Amino acid sequence: MIALLLRDLKLAFRAGGGFGLGLAFFLIVTVLVPFSVGPQSSLLSTIAPGVLWLGALLACLLSLDRLLALDWEDGSLDLLATAPLPLESVVTIKALAHWLTTGLPLVLAAPFLGVLLNLPVPGFFWLVVSLLIGTPAMSVIGTFGAALTVGLKRGGLLLSLLVLPLYVPTLIFGAEVARRGATGMETQTPLLMLAGITAATIALLPFASAAVLRINLR
Amino acid sequence: MSIAAKANALWEYANPRKFLATSERVMPFFWVSSLACIVVGLVWGFFFTPDDYKQGSTVKIIYLHVPAALMAINCWLMMLATSLVWLVRRHHVSALAARAAAPVGIVMTLIALATGAIWGQPMWGTWWAWDPRLTSFLILFLFYLGYVALWEAIEDPDTAADLTSVLCLVGSVFAILSRYAVNFWNQGLHQGASVMRAAAVTGADTEEKVSNIYFYPLLLCIIGFVLLFIALVLYRTGTEIRARRVKALLARERVNG
Repeated sequence: MIALLLRDLKLAFRAGGGFGLGLAFFLIVTVLVPFSVGPQSSLLSTIAPGVLWLGALLACLLSLDRLLALDWEDGSLDLLATAPLPLESVVTIKALAHWLTTGLPLVLAAPFLGVLLNLPVPGFFWLVVSLLIGTPAMSVIGTFGAALTVGLKRGGLLLSLLVLPLYVPTLIFGAEVARRGATGMETQTPLLMLAGITAATIALLPFASAAVLRINLR
Repeated sequence: MSIAAKANALWEYANPRKFLATSERVMPFFWVSSLACIVVGLVWGFFFTPDDYKQGSTVKIIYLHVPAALMAINCWLMMLATSLVWLVRRHHVSALAARAAAPVGIVMTLIALATGAIWGQPMWGTWWAWDPRLTSFLILFLFYLGYVALWEAIEDPDTAADLTSVLCLVGSVFAILSRYAVNFWNQGLHQGASVMRAAAVTGADTEEKVSNIYFYPLLLCIIGFVLLFIALVLYRTGTEIRARRVKALLARERVNG
């Protein structure tokens, strides 16, 4: 399992594009927002938590179609399926690798981009906490979507269509935590809901992803 | 016949030939009775009920709005049930019924959204508000779109049936989750939503909100929409079965020829 994780991480870092792409997209979205809504700092600080969450979500979405497609193309997915490792753990490792290479950098970059959008000071802590808790769910859900569309020639658009509705609860609760944190309201309820969604998806969704992958590899 | 035997008898309709024969026999009944219910319900509702003292004649859009919204949700539940049957018992008719129902569900969702917008324009002063109910329906619409798109994208019919069934199961969980998330989200945004909802005569609180004058034609319309839905799904399932037969025949011809 660790070998697989290291392999995926190495591939993501070395194979060019995959690793930096999400971060660059996140940066560009954040930079473009003030151009489209105007530079008033009061407006920017109101929408900052939501924009940062949406940016992180889209950046995450952008990297999903590379999650399993490359392994599918060169046949290593078939090898992994016949390996003694259960497919459920393969899928979980894939999601973990995706989170380490996409989700975690986004979490780390978010506070710096928050400065650009004039995020209120108490918001920084809650933004990082909510993203830290929410992004694993996005990786796991994204892995399910990638497993659904892995055999398709042009699965990218379909992948977005399938995954975006599944992201709705995570986005709602995550952005709610960040928004409430930024305005100094209590954040416990949405934070617990967000953590619950993340825990439940990590626990249950790999089984669905593995089932779907088995169907696709049949 | 005992209950178990009856339950066993139900599985006989997994045989496409038997399903087609029976559905063709009962379909005229469903078409005629749904048409009768809807026509009587609509005429009764549109012309023989008084205008609401506050909403005027716009209240009458509920005769289309409520049944369509009800069927939009029930259609997804039906797809969930047939998907489960396909995954557990591998009956092709079941998977095809789920496939046949999805576009009907999309149309019902669109009718509900469109009639809601047409009603909302004069009543709320806006075509669209991010009210929890409205938002949930928009999300349901997205789920339907993804489901249908996945069916269309995959060539092999059995793989497509498997994948869409799993998507339907996972999607159901997330749809319910979204419903609660959206409720939470809008309360967090603005408290005014409850006032808006008290004015909107929709959903589960109909009995308390709608007076009996409006309720009986509405009930008739709902029954009509249920029957119409059954008729449409039977019809479309029959078409799917035949389309697959044609494909099988063509394949056989190619092998022999």
